[in-house]
Amino acid sequence: MANGTIAISEKSFFEEGTTKQASGILSWLLSTDHKRIGIMYLFAIAIFFFTGAILGVLMRLELIAPGRTIMDAQTYNTIFTLHGVIMIFLFIVPGIPAVFGNFFLPLQLGAKDVAFPRLNLLSFWIYLVGAILVLISLFVKGGPIDTGWTFYMPYSVRTTTNVSLAIFAAFVLGFSSILTGLNFVTTVHRLRAPGMTFFKMPLFVWSTYATAWIQIIATPVIGITILLVMLERYFGVGIFDPALGGDPILFQHMFWIYSHPAVYIMILPAMGVVSEIIPTFARRTIFGYRAIAMSSLAIAFIGYLVWAHHMFTSGMSDTAAIIFSFLTFLVALPSAIKVFNWVATLYKGSIDPQPPFLWVMNFIFLFTIGGLTGLVLGTLVTNIHVHDTYFVVAHFHYVMFGGTGTIFFAALYYWFPKMSGKMYNLKLAKINAALFFIAFNTLYFPKFILGYMGMPRRYYDYLPEFADLQLISTIGSWIMLLTIILIFYNFVSAMINGKKAEANPWGGVTLEWHIPSPPPLENFDEIPTVTHEPYDFSQLKTMKYIPKGESYE
Amino acid sequence: MSNHAVNIAHKHRDDIGARMGMWLFLFTELLLFGGLFLIYAVYRHEYIAQFRVAAMELNTTIGALNTIILLTSSLTVALSIAALQKGNRMLSILLLIMTNILAFAFMINKYFEWSSKIHHGIYPGSEHLLNLPNGQILFYGLYYIMTGLHGLHVIIGLVFLTTVLAFIITGSVNKDNYVKLENAGLYWHLVDLIWIFLFPLFYLIQ
Amino acid sequence: MQEKHSHENHNISYSKYLLVWVSLIAFTSITVTIAGIDLGDYTLAIALTIAAIKSALVINIFMHIKFEDPIFKVFLSISGFTLIVIFTLTFFDYFYR
Repeated sequence: MANGTIAISEKSFFEEGTTKQASGILSWLLSTDHKRIGIMYLFAIAIFFFTGAILGVLMRLELIAPGRTIMDAQTYNTIFTLHGVIMIFLFIVPGIPAVFGNFFLPLQLGAKDVAFPRLNLLSFWIYLVGAILVLISLFVKGGPIDTGWTFYMPYSVRTTTNVSLAIFAAFVLGFSSILTGLNFVTTVHRLRAPGMTFFKMPLFVWSTYATAWIQIIATPVIGITILLVMLERYFGVGIFDPALGGDPILFQHMFWIYSHPAVYIMILPAMGVVSEIIPTFARRTIFGYRAIAMSSLAIAFIGYLVWAHHMFTSGMSDTAAIIFSFLTFLVALPSAIKVFNWVATLYKGSIDPQPPFLWVMNFIFLFTIGGLTGLVLGTLVTNIHVHDTYFVVAHFHYVMFGGTGTIFFAALYYWFPKMSGKMYNLKLAKINAALFFIAFNTLYFPKFILGYMGMPRRYYDYLPEFADLQLISTIGSWIMLLTIILIFYNFVSAMINGKKAEANPWGGVTLEWHIPSPPPLENFDEIPTVTHEPYDFSQLKTMKYIPKGESYE
Repeated sequence: MSNHAVNIAHKHRDDIGARMGMWLFLFTELLLFGGLFLIYAVYRHEYIAQFRVAAMELNTTIGALNTIILLTSSLTVALSIAALQKGNRMLSILLLIMTNILAFAFMINKYFEWSSKIHHGIYPGSEHLLNLPNGQILFYGLYYIMTGLHGLHVIIGLVFLTTVLAFIITGSVNKDNYVKLENAGLYWHLVDLIWIFLFPLFYLIQ
Repeated sequence: MQEKHSHENHNISYSKYLLVWVSLIAFTSITVTIAGIDLGDYTLAIALTIAAIKSALVINIFMHIKFEDPIFKVFLSISGFTLIVIFTLTFFDYFYR
């Protein structure tokens, strides 16, 4: 991708920070270095992911048998709400952009940092404040929120639980997301290395760019919506209150105008990571580069046209329902373009099944199931049968956890050696990928059947005929917990006493593989000049770093 | 190697990038108010007659006066940037102070307008308002939220402008480096833009 | 990098700003006057058209969009277009309910 020599600095960003005075933990918390900020996000997000996962396991434990098992109904309500709020607002939305976007966007562009490094640090702090507010809302008067992560009106005004604070936390988190988004858009426009035209950018950059636009344009809408919920609770303005003439369905519109595009904030960066991993492990340039790049923008755009497919049974007009159902099918086109191009890239590639690649295979399988069942939900007639059932729960876990969650791990396996300079246990990582596949399908596949049979989501109790499948699902949650613990173990032990990683362990060619692992503070001693296409593997011959034991003709 | 930390602080300056960031932020503000305008549109569509009745109570003169004040403050801030560009620092400072005074005048007007409404018992949740038809309750709900949020932005803009004013006085914002003033100006114009739409939607319904 | 933060085409004369301000005030008085006349359904349309003209003046001249890099105009149209999409699709519900 680049000509000339890049980056010869003896010290990595671990040893050398941007702050001159501060040292120790403060040199991290006050650092404006995009790499350190990315790693801090990684730690915070890993903790919240684990918390959310534990809450999920508790829910599954309660549902192991009909009737009360370990908690009462109100506790169950708060736990599924918290599971949703934590997983959505604290894990999946910021996950890939905040961790890997921060770390790798400047590296892949050939830049020394993002456009506004101090704003970047501020976003991180705002994220932390939002997260702390979520935690505080659990313990103050009123008790933890029990509305579900959707905060639907009018219940969110009537309930006595602590909605206002939790909602304010979501507002603050949204602010962090907006600032990250505008930072990334500016970075992509202003800080590309010489020669890096838009169509020479790696696909992860493209998808992060599209995501950043959604963050900027969609997030304010949820911001104002949840502010209105707070005002409603304090002053009784009546905007969404049917007793005063307000329309609760309008709240649903406003909520989904953000929250549907937010689904693409969650999945688009994951698709970008897939487009990085597949060429690297197939040793082949990506098939249909421009189609994949453009489909990211197309997904971001179409994402705005489909929000009301969450509301088919809400009582909105039939005309709107038909239009939104039709528009929903359009999303399938750019998504399919991506999947076909990935598969076409694999065709006749010399595939090297390393852990990141295996995780991507998990993704393609799970995401395809998630995507296809989305068509069932997008069709009006079938939607009415399965609306608000476990079918929906299964669908979005296949898309979000099977899609974005899987790729979060894939990205970690792919880039961990670059970020930390250490290599994890490859064998354990491969076993983990297989275990994850089993755990995931045991946990979530029964939910499709349960939903089809009529089991409603969010219910505390259920009829005896659902008991067998609920039990299978709960057993799946235990295997999943084991898998997650093993993943954590693998990375933590690699950090403590892992082997030193090579600069380019997988034979990647995008710019981040041209510099040492871990990268030095300023990334590149000299800003590279880009001459190659992003996935041109012929440059491996002339690269400074190529993996040991490999020769390229 | 220890001077790396210093190097990063002295990175090249990118004024276009700084303005780009500001504009992107303004889009978020635009969409924030856009959401409110959407709600307004829906309820005006549903309660058109009651919106007309409720709007009779609003004082068009005060609204028009505030429009003129904001438009003038937009002019002074634009002139202030031009003055600094031409190297006329004193004029720039003077115009910025004028902008601040006009912003204050706007808020004072707003204060009297709101307090007279509240004095008449018209505020969210008030007994008088709750006895009115639903459309009027929503009109006043939206009136308070939208002008209130706009007022909040006036205050933020004031803080922003005053900070930049201090920078001009200390000299860190000057003829060759004035992107901060430009960005404060952009923010201030946005406040004006929102008001350009709020004014006819609330004060000019017949 | 020097050319990146020069502003040669940014310098607008004071009189041009004043002219814009005068037209803004003029449009304000027009919109207030028209609001006094009963034009039925057209009242809102006229008021919004005038507001749109006023904001175009502010955005183009006061906010310098006319003189900025073309990408800024693209950005502005993205956000404007998004607003239009959101309004249109929401009203498919409310017009046909």
